[in-house]
Amino acid sequence: MAIGPSQDAARYHAAVSDPVSATPVKAAREPLIRARGLTKKFGTFVAVDEIDFDVAPGEAFGFLGPNGAGKTSTMRMIGAVSPRSGGQLSVLGTDPDKNGAGIRARLGVVPQSDTLDTELTVLENLLIYGRYFDLSYAESRERAKELLEFVQLSDRTTSLVEPLSGGMKRRLTIARSLINEPELLLLDEPTTGLDPQARHLVWDRLYRLKQRGTTLVLTTHYMDEAEQLCDRLVVMDKAKIVAEGSPRALIEQYSTKEVLELRFPAGIQDTLDGQLDGLGERVEKLPDRVLVYAADGEAVAAAVHERGLRPETSLVRRSSLEDVFLRLTGRSLIE
Amino acid sequence: MAAIAAPASHGAFKFPGLRKLEHSMLVYRRVWRGTFFGTLVSPVLFLTAMGVALGSLVPNLTAFGGVPYLVFLAPGIMCAQAMQTGTVEGSWPLFAGFKWLKTFDAMIATPITVRDIVLGHLYWLVVRMAIVTGVFMVVAFLFGAFRSPTFVLAWPSAILTGVAFGICMSAWTATRKTEQSFSIIFRFIVTPLFLFSGTFFPIEQLPEAVRWIAWLTPLFHGVALTRSLAIGHDLDPLTLGIHLAVLLGMIAIGTFFAFRTFKKRLVI
Repeated sequence: MAIGPSQDAARYHAAVSDPVSATPVKAAREPLIRARGLTKKFGTFVAVDEIDFDVAPGEAFGFLGPNGAGKTSTMRMIGAVSPRSGGQLSVLGTDPDKNGAGIRARLGVVPQSDTLDTELTVLENLLIYGRYFDLSYAESRERAKELLEFVQLSDRTTSLVEPLSGGMKRRLTIARSLINEPELLLLDEPTTGLDPQARHLVWDRLYRLKQRGTTLVLTTHYMDEAEQLCDRLVVMDKAKIVAEGSPRALIEQYSTKEVLELRFPAGIQDTLDGQLDGLGERVEKLPDRVLVYAADGEAVAAAVHERGLRPETSLVRRSSLEDVFLRLTGRSLIE
Repeated sequence: MAAIAAPASHGAFKFPGLRKLEHSMLVYRRVWRGTFFGTLVSPVLFLTAMGVALGSLVPNLTAFGGVPYLVFLAPGIMCAQAMQTGTVEGSWPLFAGFKWLKTFDAMIATPITVRDIVLGHLYWLVVRMAIVTGVFMVVAFLFGAFRSPTFVLAWPSAILTGVAFGICMSAWTATRKTEQSFSIIFRFIVTPLFLFSGTFFPIEQLPEAVRWIAWLTPLFHGVALTRSLAIGHDLDPLTLGIHLAVLLGMIAIGTFFAFRTFKKRLVI
């Protein structure tokens, strides 16, 4: 495949900006997932603290947050493998605590770490997984062939899994999650640990699934992943949901249009006190750089120079979900 | 988008456990070459070295129930090997499913339940034991170690012995965070049982004060049952019944605990 990362990104971005797909598919349709006061405790530790959310059919829904925010615990409860400690949860119209196997039969799951059978071949991994869903071998083989094509692993059909690259294993895991033609696909950190090119390949496949109408629910701590794939997302921090909306709406609500990033020579940043006051709408000091939030970044950059400040580098960029997270929690997503 | 109908209730499979068994057999098909050599060679070595060579130096056949030492030894070694293989199957390969490969995490994300996994694992132990002891039976037969028409019944008896150890070990393995305890179990439980459960000599040779300990060990019952059937001596129904009950009881208890420990491990 010859599509380069930048071209890909542009395409995703176009999709997100597209008013049709960016509109949350709320309508009158019953949500595929509905959580009210959903809680998960491990002993006295509260991993998920009374969260509410709905996921509509056909939507790409994201949980954005740092490690330990409760995303995986939430996904495991949705996936009907982890019983909830409190609150209400309905998945595909039924209760996972009562109907676990029935729900799982209609889900696809891409777990955070690959759970592939490294002793088996690529094809065998799919075949046996199809059997778990009670497919016949013939049916399973048929679907496996199509799916390997879909994730661009057809040429590795008979290789063992062990020597595959991280990106290939991830794609195989995605193929495996689709063997039962799921109505709802759960992806826990789908691209964590992958290099940029492998990530874009995964995103491309997920984007196609989304276009086909598969409902995607994913967790991520990558803001770009959330921006490119999610119609709507919730920001999680410390077991709670702190904001909800489309990536665009969240950025509009919690950040400015542009951000000016200033890096000062070592030691200078700490001596700046007060000198940046009044620039832009808000100034955020990070350990290694200063962020100035403003509608017009270039104008602020000019103002900085007028004040006689000489940053080593200054960069104007668009606001991202990273900025939203920073605003909401006072911390970075990736620490 | 299809209407959101309530999915069929749990219990997706008519015969629980079969899918997990399929998985184990598929993996075995990939790796059997690695284990089969040992499965075949081990009985040949034991029966040659101890049964034939050492056995020719054993003049007092009355201690062994009047049969050649080879005939006495073969069922004992067969059970001991079943115990070892069963315990191995319940340790490292199972632990890999929990921790290293997370095969079971992948399974429970599908309609497969913890019950399927436990039962499938139990079935797999039966199949695996049938292979190991089946090969042993053939080798021992070729060595002339079987004399009685009842010797065929020694096969299921040895299988049960291996399964009993395998499923108990499995229940324990599910509770482990690391694999450190496995080699300790082999060193301090499996090896002593191997030596002192009537495998190589009748337990009557042990000092009277410790003989009762042998009665408490499951391997002793497996060996005694298997030997009686293989040789065709001492076919007292009550004694055989007790031996059989011990093995079945151990399997029942092991399975009961495996349901609990597997669930505790996987459903969190």
